[in-house]
Amino acid sequence: MIKNAAKKIYIALIFIFLYAPIVTLVVLSFNASKTRAKWGGFTLKWYVALFQNEDILAALSNTLLIALIASVVATIIGTAACLAIMSLKKKGRAIILGITNIPMLNAEIVTGISLMLLFISMGLKFGFGTILLSHITFCIPYVILSVMPRMQQLNPSTYEAALDLGAGPVYGFFKVVFPDILPGVLSGFLMSFTMSIDDFIITHFTKGAGVDTLSTKIYTEVKKGIKPEMYALSTLIFLTVLVLLLLINRNPASRENITGSSTSAKI
Amino acid sequence: MNNMKKKLLGLPYYIWCAVFILIPLGMVFYYGLTDKSGAFTLENIASITAPEHLKALALALLLSVIATLICLLLAYPLAMILCDMQVNQHSFIVFIFILPMWMNFLLRTLAWQTLLEKTGVINSILQFLHLPSLTIINTPYAIVLGMVYNFLPFMVLPIYNALSKIDDNVIQAARDLGANGIQVFLKIKLPLSTPGIISGITMVFVPALTTFVISKLLGGSKVLLIGNVIEEEFTQASNWHLGSGLSIVLMIFILVNMVLSAVFDKDGEGSFL
Repeated sequence: MIKNAAKKIYIALIFIFLYAPIVTLVVLSFNASKTRAKWGGFTLKWYVALFQNEDILAALSNTLLIALIASVVATIIGTAACLAIMSLKKKGRAIILGITNIPMLNAEIVTGISLMLLFISMGLKFGFGTILLSHITFCIPYVILSVMPRMQQLNPSTYEAALDLGAGPVYGFFKVVFPDILPGVLSGFLMSFTMSIDDFIITHFTKGAGVDTLSTKIYTEVKKGIKPEMYALSTLIFLTVLVLLLLINRNPASRENITGSSTSAKI
Repeated sequence: MNNMKKKLLGLPYYIWCAVFILIPLGMVFYYGLTDKSGAFTLENIASITAPEHLKALALALLLSVIATLICLLLAYPLAMILCDMQVNQHSFIVFIFILPMWMNFLLRTLAWQTLLEKTGVINSILQFLHLPSLTIINTPYAIVLGMVYNFLPFMVLPIYNALSKIDDNVIQAARDLGANGIQVFLKIKLPLSTPGIISGITMVFVPALTTFVISKLLGGSKVLLIGNVIEEEFTQASNWHLGSGLSIVLMIFILVNMVLSAVFDKDGEGSFL
């Protein structure tokens, strides 16, 4: 009995530790005083101001657009790569998967500066495009590592049977293989999207002047003081995701499909 | 023929790997091993022995080792409790730990400033309880706290995964054969969850060792870690050769960590999700 209570208290403490900063940010978004240090009463004015702040809205649209394009492209390239990797011999497979691990295991700061050096030597103009290329680069491994385990569980005979019965390779793939690997593809996509939205370090080194994502915008605001509109925006994003994920998790079928599949993904 | 086509599907990714992973890494080595005129030199790497760089590296190593240990000590019991609770929803636990990532990483870390400040939330509570106040903001302690806070999920999830894979029958068998709770833990749970621990250590140690953001946000501008030194060489001093040289030194530590984890986790069983 006491042991159980102790366990519950321990979990509760860890959760307070994990979520205290988040609660703080939510509270700050309703704070009428402009400084973080003082509570100046309840207000919704930052939420109104948010939708008139074009800088923040531009950063938001950059962030979402980059995350969306990067995760779609990464999902396509990564899934195609998985098909190819499966047909490789053991040695080739080990080499490719080893290279895939580099962006995940290497320090983000090193990945960031290495891409920065590459873009400079290629003479690319730093901006939206360079951020996008970098994000695709670090997203693909998440897709491959989510899709690979599903691919390995596949029974190759079903695909061959489809071909024998007259399906073309493309038709056979989408009718037979794709439904089975879909959970892995989806969790790879969601993982990529989350990582892209939350990324700061790699974006910091590959962005150009004038183009900002939310992360880099916040970083430049740190010294001057964060605009309270930013807290309002984060609260809105957080609540949206919370509600979406709760809805997905309520539906048992889709739970198995989306979040459940991530259990087999290795990062 | 069909196999040929399948191999072609991988082509975009192979090219991507070459252009955006291998060549950039090669460029870090090229810059790190040459000087401004392009001649080969080891000076950039040797500059790690300069007192200010050595100090930043030593401090980064110390803080990241402490943060990793704290994460391990907090995460292991937590993972065990979560496993015992038989929350059948694996997804729910992943969900709880991934969710904070949707609040921006920088803002989450900045929120600790508000919590830790002299007149901040935590000190107000302590004052209310007539307890001595906590002044750790802008010290290395705050940086360790920031590291533990940001990287704890990366320790909990692999350990939880390793523990939840242990067959209940193995534990039952040990009990039947007379093992007590401590013996079950030491002889069964701990060895079988080692891959998870190793993977967790890697996932916490590398980002903690190389961070420049957490030290900047919570350490004031007084505490410099090796990550801050490298970042400044690239964004302010623009000495890419020196910055690359120091990055190579950093990668040696990462490599050692990776080799160690490969030795302990041969089957790649320790997994994050």
